[in-house]
Amino acid sequence: MQTIRRRNTFSNLTTAIPWDNIIPWVMPAALILLWQVLAQIGVINSRILPAPTEVVQAAIRLTLSGELFKHVTISAWRAVVGFLIGGSIGLFFGVLNGVSRPAELLADSSIQMVRNIPHLAMIPLVILWFGIGDEARIFLVALGVLFPIYVNTFYGIRAIDPGLIEMGRVYGLNRRQLFSQIILPGALPSMLVGLRYALGNMWLTLIVAETIAASSGIGYMAMNAREFMQTDVVVVAILLYALLGKLADSSVRWLEKVTIAWHPSQNLK
Amino acid sequence: MLYIENVHKQFDNGLLALEGIDLAIKPGEVVSLVGTSGCGKSTLLRIVAGLEFPTLGAALIDGEVITAPHPKVGLIFQEARLMPWLTVAENIQFGLKDLPRLEQQWRTEQVLQKVHLTNFAEALPRQLSGGMAQRVAIARALVTQPSMLLLDEPFSALDAFTRTQLQDHLLDIWAEDHPTLLLVTHDVEEALVLSDRIIVLRPHPGRIHRELAIELPRPRRRTSLEFQRLKEQLIGDLDLTPGLDLVKR
Repeated sequence: MQTIRRRNTFSNLTTAIPWDNIIPWVMPAALILLWQVLAQIGVINSRILPAPTEVVQAAIRLTLSGELFKHVTISAWRAVVGFLIGGSIGLFFGVLNGVSRPAELLADSSIQMVRNIPHLAMIPLVILWFGIGDEARIFLVALGVLFPIYVNTFYGIRAIDPGLIEMGRVYGLNRRQLFSQIILPGALPSMLVGLRYALGNMWLTLIVAETIAASSGIGYMAMNAREFMQTDVVVVAILLYALLGKLADSSVRWLEKVTIAWHPSQNLK
Repeated sequence: MLYIENVHKQFDNGLLALEGIDLAIKPGEVVSLVGTSGCGKSTLLRIVAGLEFPTLGAALIDGEVITAPHPKVGLIFQEARLMPWLTVAENIQFGLKDLPRLEQQWRTEQVLQKVHLTNFAEALPRQLSGGMAQRVAIARALVTQPSMLLLDEPFSALDAFTRTQLQDHLLDIWAEDHPTLLLVTHDVEEALVLSDRIIVLRPHPGRIHRELAIELPRPRRRTSLEFQRLKEQLIGDLDLTPGLDLVKR
């Protein structure tokens, strides 16, 4: 293997300072700085957008009062429960229809029909069914999570190279071995793509469900703050959602690094 | 000993792929099946591999009818068919799960040496070139110590230089343990370099048109006069007249 050396007079510097890790943060930092300056000299009204420092202060205030923790835990609980319910249903049918042609014939077209209904359009109906309790929100989250998991599991299994499955026959694998040694590892990259979409959908659904009808959670905190014109708290809530979304995404990336390092989507070494 | 007795194969769509194939192959013999596309040569190989079943007749290994992939038969396909999530060594051990760990490792080292890939034991398939991947596929087939190797156009996806190299390499491997080799190819030169006997099949339906014993000493020179003469004869047997299909219809 050849190593490529950068022609750089500051080559000693480039090896000492990890520029590649620093450069992506330059733009966001500059934007926040600009925002702070504009807010302080009064160009941006703090009713419209409070300064970053005010947002941080609001976050600290909410943390100290315990309010933030309460809302985040209840939101996270709804997200996790909804995800587990919808995710396991999607996984179950994805695997079943993926490996069994009769099951696919029976269930796939029905699932595809339901999938084409935007799940947020079901909110009025869901409120009629469950009222505005946690059941309604968990139901919506489960619905939002189910389909990405289902579709990507199903197609992940179907897209496996038939030559590899035939190798399983050559080695006399039984159905269970075939599944664990060829089908599951082969479908895993696609399943993780599904997981990532599902987690995105999970937060999105929860935000909408919590802002429309709730008496707790991050979404409620934001809507409540809006009534009292606490723009800083609204911004804290939005940033919280961004943070939680990023956290979910990073954990899937980590999972990919650990489980599918062999896949072309991953950089080796 | 491999016997193919009166094998017919009709596909579900009614197409008659093979008709009345009779063939006996001695242990250690190198036999090539050649023919234009649609002559049923791959189907015949897949029947011997236990991956397809004849409509009529049977294929037998050591007196037993083949009903499933045989543990003493190694298979090599046109594509390497390596599990992309396993390292080279793990791929080779895929068919050895029943053996003790140490035996698996020892055998893996042995076959990796044979295909000159010792340094790539921990590599992933995506890090290999086409020729290297195919060598891993050969190693994986050899590791079960088969008495017969079935090869379905094993080198046709490779560039000309790599192909020649691997043909010679296959002969080296064969010279060591003399496994029976049954090879499907559409490359006349490949068949001539490798085989003791060449079976020419013709399509619609697939039948044996001719058997040709090749008695040239090994290693064979691809440029010798005798080699060229046989090549010409084989090409004649293959019936490659352009446009013939159109005339017949």
